[in-house]
Amino acid sequence: MTTQPLSSARYNPWNRYRLMKQVSRTLMHAVGILLSALCFLPFIVSVSASFTEEKALSKNGYGFYPPVFSAAAYDLILKVPQDILRSYAVTFFVMILGTILSLLVMAPFAYALSRRDFGPRKFFAFYVFFTMVFSGGLVPWYILIKQYLHLADTLWVMIVPFLVNGFTLIILRSSFAALPQEILDAARIDGAGEWRILTQIAVPMAAPTLAAMGIFIALGFWNTYYPALLFINDRKLYPLQYLLYIIQTNMQMFTANPNVTGISVPTISLRYAMVVLIGFPVLFFTLFFQKYFVKGVYLGGIKE
Amino acid sequence: MIQLTESPAADLHQQRRLPEGGRVPFYARLWRFLRKNGAWLSMCAPSVILLFIFSYLPIYGIVIAFKNYKAGRGIWGSEWIGFKNFEFLFTTDTAIRTVRNTVILNLIFLVTGTIAALLIAFLLYELYGSFLMKFYQSLMFFPNVLSWVIVSYFVFAFLNTETGLINNALEKYLAGYKQILWYQKADAWPWILMIVNLWKGAGAGSVIYLAGMLAINPEYYESAAIDGASRWQQRWHITLPLLRPLLMIQILLALRGIFSADFGLFFFVPNHMNSPQLYATIDVIDTFVYRSLVKLGNVGMAAAAGLFQATVGFVLVMLCNWIIRRIDPDYALF
Repeated sequence: MTTQPLSSARYNPWNRYRLMKQVSRTLMHAVGILLSALCFLPFIVSVSASFTEEKALSKNGYGFYPPVFSAAAYDLILKVPQDILRSYAVTFFVMILGTILSLLVMAPFAYALSRRDFGPRKFFAFYVFFTMVFSGGLVPWYILIKQYLHLADTLWVMIVPFLVNGFTLIILRSSFAALPQEILDAARIDGAGEWRILTQIAVPMAAPTLAAMGIFIALGFWNTYYPALLFINDRKLYPLQYLLYIIQTNMQMFTANPNVTGISVPTISLRYAMVVLIGFPVLFFTLFFQKYFVKGVYLGGIKE
Repeated sequence: MIQLTESPAADLHQQRRLPEGGRVPFYARLWRFLRKNGAWLSMCAPSVILLFIFSYLPIYGIVIAFKNYKAGRGIWGSEWIGFKNFEFLFTTDTAIRTVRNTVILNLIFLVTGTIAALLIAFLLYELYGSFLMKFYQSLMFFPNVLSWVIVSYFVFAFLNTETGLINNALEKYLAGYKQILWYQKADAWPWILMIVNLWKGAGAGSVIYLAGMLAINPEYYESAAIDGASRWQQRWHITLPLLRPLLMIQILLALRGIFSADFGLFFFVPNHMNSPQLYATIDVIDTFVYRSLVKLGNVGMAAAAGLFQATVGFVLVMLCNWIIRRIDPDYALF
């Protein structure tokens, strides 16, 4: 501030104001760092537990760093990787196919719902809304899938019932409705069919929202456990999250394996090694697609 | 039938040279409808079929709640027993307990979650634009993308009796401390779940409020600051009143679902199947239905509880939607 006299800097109220501002800003950063650390802390504890020697772990308990370093848990997983690799394959298959099919099924529907000229638009919108406000509950859904559709113990049970979702449909419909309709109408006058308008104009223009929704759908499939909990008994079809749930109480897949006879199984660190192996991909996923996640949460919040 | 000249049917008469005054045959109207809407209808078909199978057929299955369901005899073969399942359900303590737990815990989650999300949004707003703010936001967002199974392992690392961080720390720094068996302490679990829920959801919950705050014209704050308003006064007297519509909507949206619990949170984090001693405080409708169906095999009661939940939930949704529409129609479901 050139107008301020420099000689009395010590008593200058303007400097005091700036100092206060600096202090409060530093304090706020401190709170930010604290909260971020709290959010990340359990992950550090898990990584530490997975690298701690089993005896030290049961003696000293969990900590933020391994007192006695050991990679025995990871060694063991490398020795008998079949189960976890198969679960990875199941989860990747479900995630990739589920996300693609979900968008392929929902995007055209959302587009049709966004078109003003579409005659039965209101009827179909109500058709979707009704599924969002009323459901038959778990039991009829369970019986239908298990006893009538015979989807239990198939990969499809983790994909097909979850392909269409009312909330995602509404978000997609709003994003299509927000496109400049003149462009779509112009394409129509030029002789483009509706499918062509959808694939060559509407989808590229709505791509950011589609990507955000696609990432959310993918995350949902990555974290899938509910269909497995209800319908999957065949251990060849366990998705990752369900495998992780199973080993909470049952380490048989490791202890009963002929390859590990004679080795004492580090049960606690092994569990946390699995947590790390299953949690880390999501961490990277989030860091890379942070922008889309935030956008997705925002869209979900304003039009849920 | 009187045909006006502008009506689509009149067009049809001209195009297809149908006799004047004659009724447009059904097949012609259908053909015209299909020709106009066919592409859109084909876009709708896959979703409509999937929704029909997985959302509408189960609604048809609510009759199970009024039957003595036997898997071998199918839905229609099982005998009707009227409201017996409901009578059985509501004469046990379980029904009242689960409904009470569901509503109370959801209310606790709603209040604490909203306050935490607002505070985080205030913080991120103050630091908006700095590189570190993005970093904080990333880290606080991270718990939201994890599955409840992973979170349950995190909680276990803190709470298990012999090796858990909390017991260990308290033992070290608190003389005469006796280890607490957290996984059997029913009174503590509503608060444990509240903290876990905050930990997972607050960062993501702040996104919507931060966006709302960024939409507020900063001139309001500038003029308030000139008048001597402190930061908290600005938040209280300017930000909150301006965020009120958004806040109301978010609260109403959450109230819609107050009868259904987040299954993963209640199932995995307290290790539900192996901790029946915690049911008094944290058994909710969703876990009860699951347990009755899969573990106890009491299909009729599970169906009755599910139908009760769906019906009350439906009334709540309609009510909240009606209020939301009066505040801001853009946010209403319909």
